[in-house]
Amino acid sequence: MIYLELLIGFLEVGLFSFGGGYAAIPLIRDVVLSHGWMDDATLSHMIAVSESTPGPMMVNLATYVGSEKGGMLGALIATTAVVLPAFLFILLITALLKKFVKNRHFQAVLNGMKPSIVGIIFATGVFMAMQNCFWKIESGVDAVAIALTLVLGVLYFGSRKVMEKGLTPIQLICISAGIGVLVYGI
Amino acid sequence: MVTETTNVVMPAAKTHENIEDFSVIGALFLTFFKIGLFTFGGGYAMLPLIENICVEKKKWITHEEMMDITVIAESTPGPIAINLATYVGYKQKKTVGALFATLGMVIPSFCIIYIISKFLDNYLEITWVASAFRGIKIAVALLIIDAALKMFKKMKKKPFPLVIMSLSLVAMMTINMLALRISSIVIMLTAALIGLVAFLASGNNRKEAVKK
Repeated sequence: MIYLELLIGFLEVGLFSFGGGYAAIPLIRDVVLSHGWMDDATLSHMIAVSESTPGPMMVNLATYVGSEKGGMLGALIATTAVVLPAFLFILLITALLKKFVKNRHFQAVLNGMKPSIVGIIFATGVFMAMQNCFWKIESGVDAVAIALTLVLGVLYFGSRKVMEKGLTPIQLICISAGIGVLVYGI
Repeated sequence: MVTETTNVVMPAAKTHENIEDFSVIGALFLTFFKIGLFTFGGGYAMLPLIENICVEKKKWITHEEMMDITVIAESTPGPIAINLATYVGYKQKKTVGALFATLGMVIPSFCIIYIISKFLDNYLEITWVASAFRGIKIAVALLIIDAALKMFKKMKKKPFPLVIMSLSLVAMMTINMLALRISSIVIMLTAALIGLVAFLASGNNRKEAVKK
């Protein structure tokens, strides 16, 4: 039965996908292809759609696959299944966290991990900016993207010098969408 | 929403509490609905939104808590966005709060994807959508860099964290550039191990034990 398959398949994705959306793609690919739910080309299209719509990518992809295979109910089941493990894990950890936080060994582990994630996030951001500017176009350099990165960067970081609080992330996203339409066309 | 509850005359203190509960739960739902609607391209991109709304504006969690839970989110399975929503919701209103924050995070995705799946097979071929998204991708890279810079500013500038950060940065950059199939979790776990070993080697734990 497709509903049960979706439930188990996406519970598996929710349980074993460490490290967020992009890291989960190979796992989702395995689950979807091994169940024979759809072919590789369709799945690649769905991944591209999930990347270009708002919201957590894993949730988008689960909803998409669920909806294609089992309609509204399938979408509901797949989405719930992918979210449930993360939800329960955090409830459990938060309940235990108070005890853990005072433990000095746990603190030592966090003290190693926290600076590490700052480095990882910085590298991810810089790499994304580089991909936008240099690698996506055949000539190797995308002058328009470089210009847009500079304009949006000056606008976002510079706004803090001029206005009290500066632009919010949501305002920046809206502006960038608008500029994208203006520059790349309707 | 807050002004509304204070203007209403309360027959009993209990009702007042109930209404406040509802308004916090409503605010959690709406806030994460908004965050879900404006998160593009993976979990890290939502960190500046969480920082801006949940830490700076609403003061639901502290920056330090956001760091803790981001690290924990990375080392537990599932979407980082869901981990963060669940944590913030739980901190405000226990399990009910966690449930509504998570629902708020998921519902925009669900509705948008459901509509695309039913009616918009050619979503990616719509020119203005593709154009808008090319612009958004540029903003998302900047937002992620901003999240890292804000974390860096608040980090203790001692040799140990600075070395760990630099090594992680170089490792992640190498993985990305060479398109290696190594998850960032490997870097994080190595850092965790180094943290633990450094702590044990420093002899802090023995001194403390003597004090007791």
